[in-house]
Amino acid sequence: MNASIRPLCAIWNSSIGKKYLVALTGLVLVLFLAGHLTGNLLVFVGQEDFDEYAKFLHTMLHGAGVWIARITLLACLVIHVVATIALTRQNAAASPKYQHEKTIQATRSSRIMIISGLTILAFVVYHLLHFTVRVDSNLAELAKESPYQMVIAGFSSGIVVLFYVIAISLLCSHLSHGVQSIFQTLGLRSKKSAPLISFISKAYALIIWLGFLSIPVAIYFFKFGR
Amino acid sequence: MLNLTLKVWRQKTPQDQGSIETYDAKNIPEEASFLEMLDIVNGRIIETGGEPIHFDHDCREGICGMCSLTINGVPHSKEKGITTCQVHMRKFQEGDTIWIEPFRARAFPVIRDLIVDRSAMDRIIASGGYIDVRTGSAVDANSLPIPKTDADSAFDAAACIGCGACIAACKNSSAMLFTAAKVSHLGHLPQGQPERDKRVLAMVRQMDAEGFGNCTNQYECEAACPKEISVDHIARMNRDFATALVKEQLLS
Repeated sequence: MNASIRPLCAIWNSSIGKKYLVALTGLVLVLFLAGHLTGNLLVFVGQEDFDEYAKFLHTMLHGAGVWIARITLLACLVIHVVATIALTRQNAAASPKYQHEKTIQATRSSRIMIISGLTILAFVVYHLLHFTVRVDSNLAELAKESPYQMVIAGFSSGIVVLFYVIAISLLCSHLSHGVQSIFQTLGLRSKKSAPLISFISKAYALIIWLGFLSIPVAIYFFKFGR
Repeated sequence: MLNLTLKVWRQKTPQDQGSIETYDAKNIPEEASFLEMLDIVNGRIIETGGEPIHFDHDCREGICGMCSLTINGVPHSKEKGITTCQVHMRKFQEGDTIWIEPFRARAFPVIRDLIVDRSAMDRIIASGGYIDVRTGSAVDANSLPIPKTDADSAFDAAACIGCGACIAACKNSSAMLFTAAKVSHLGHLPQGQPERDKRVLAMVRQMDAEGFGNCTNQYECEAACPKEISVDHIARMNRDFATALVKEQLLS
C-alpha cells in the first residue's frame, strides 16, 4: 500500500476512526449551521442588508471565499454521509433482531439518525437546486435583482414550506443527538459534563429549529415581505 | 405462588432456525430466583419426557458473568445493577408473560437455546487486555503512588465480569463498553502505562475483526450493565485510540 495513504486507511478501517471522521465533519457542519442561520436572519433586518450580505458572500476574498466554503462543506458532507452509511450497514449486519424488542433509555432521535440524516441529505440537494443553482428560471431572474426577493418568492409556495418544515424538524432531531455525540466520540464527555453537554445539544437543536423555521413561517403564514 | 406464561427461544443446534416456544409456569414461589424458576420449569419438562431449556449459569451470586438471557428484551432484566441469577420472581406479577431470549449479536452465535458462544470477548482480552511482564505481588501501600480518583476509576472498570450484557443491549451489538472497561482498567494504573497505546490499538482492532457493531452513543450498554460500568470509559478509549493511532501512523 502507498505509504502516503496508509494513515488514512488506518483511520477508515477502524470503527473508532470512522466515528472520528463522522464527529469532526459533523462539527464543521454544525458550526456552518450557526453561520448560515445568522446570515439568513438578516432577512428580518431588511432587503438592503440581506442583499448586501449576499453580495459580500460572493465577493469575499475576491470571490474565492464562497468556493472555499462550498468545497469544504461538500467534502465534509460527503465524508459524513459515506462514513455513517458504512457504519450503519455494519451495525445492521452485526445485530440480529430480538423477537421481543425493548429499548431501555435510548432517545427516539438517537434511533432514527440514519432516517433523519438521509432526509436532510435529500433536502440539502433540493435546497441547493432551489436557492443556489436556481433551476426555477423565475427565481433565477429574481435573484439577479435581489436575493431577498428570491427568498420571499421561494417561501411563498406551500409545498416548499412544508418540505422545509419537515426537513428542519428532522434536522433538529438529528442535532439533539448528534451534537452531544460529537463530545462522546471525541472523548470529551464525562459523567460530570454529561448534563451540560446534553443541555447544549438540545438547546442548540432548538435554536436551529426556531431560527430556520421563523423565516418561511413569517413569509408564508404572516405575509412577511409579500 | 405465581402463574406465568414463558415465551422461550428454543434452538437445537447453531445451524437450526430456532423459534419461540410457549410454556406455562404454574405455582412458582415468589422467593425463587429467575434461574430457579427455570429449574422448576425444566424439572416439569423432563418429567413429561421433553428436552429441558438449556441456559448458562455458574456462581448464581452475580459475580461470575456466566448467566446471560434477555428477560422481556433486556439483558439480565430491567432491574438495575444485577445479573439474571439475582432477579427474583417477586419482581413479576401474577399472570405475566415473560419473553426469554439469548443474548443476541452476530458475534455471539447461539450454541443451544439460551446459550451463546461469547468467546469473541475472550479473543479481545487475548489481543491485549493484560500486562506482558510480571508485575509482582501486591506491593506495600503507598510505595507506588496512585491518585485516589485513578484507583477508583480503574477499580470501577475492573468490576466488569465479561457477561456481554452491554453487547446484547446495544442496538448495534457493539462491544465498546466491554472493551473500554478492559482498556480503562489497565490504562489508569502505572503498571499499564508502557503498553497503553499498543493495548488500545490491538483490542479495538480485535473488536472490529470479531464483527461487533459500532457505537452510536445511545448508552443502552451502561443501562444494562449489571456492574453499572460508565460510558465515560468509552470516551476515554476513543481518546486513547485516537492518540495511539496518530502516534503509530505518524510518529514511531
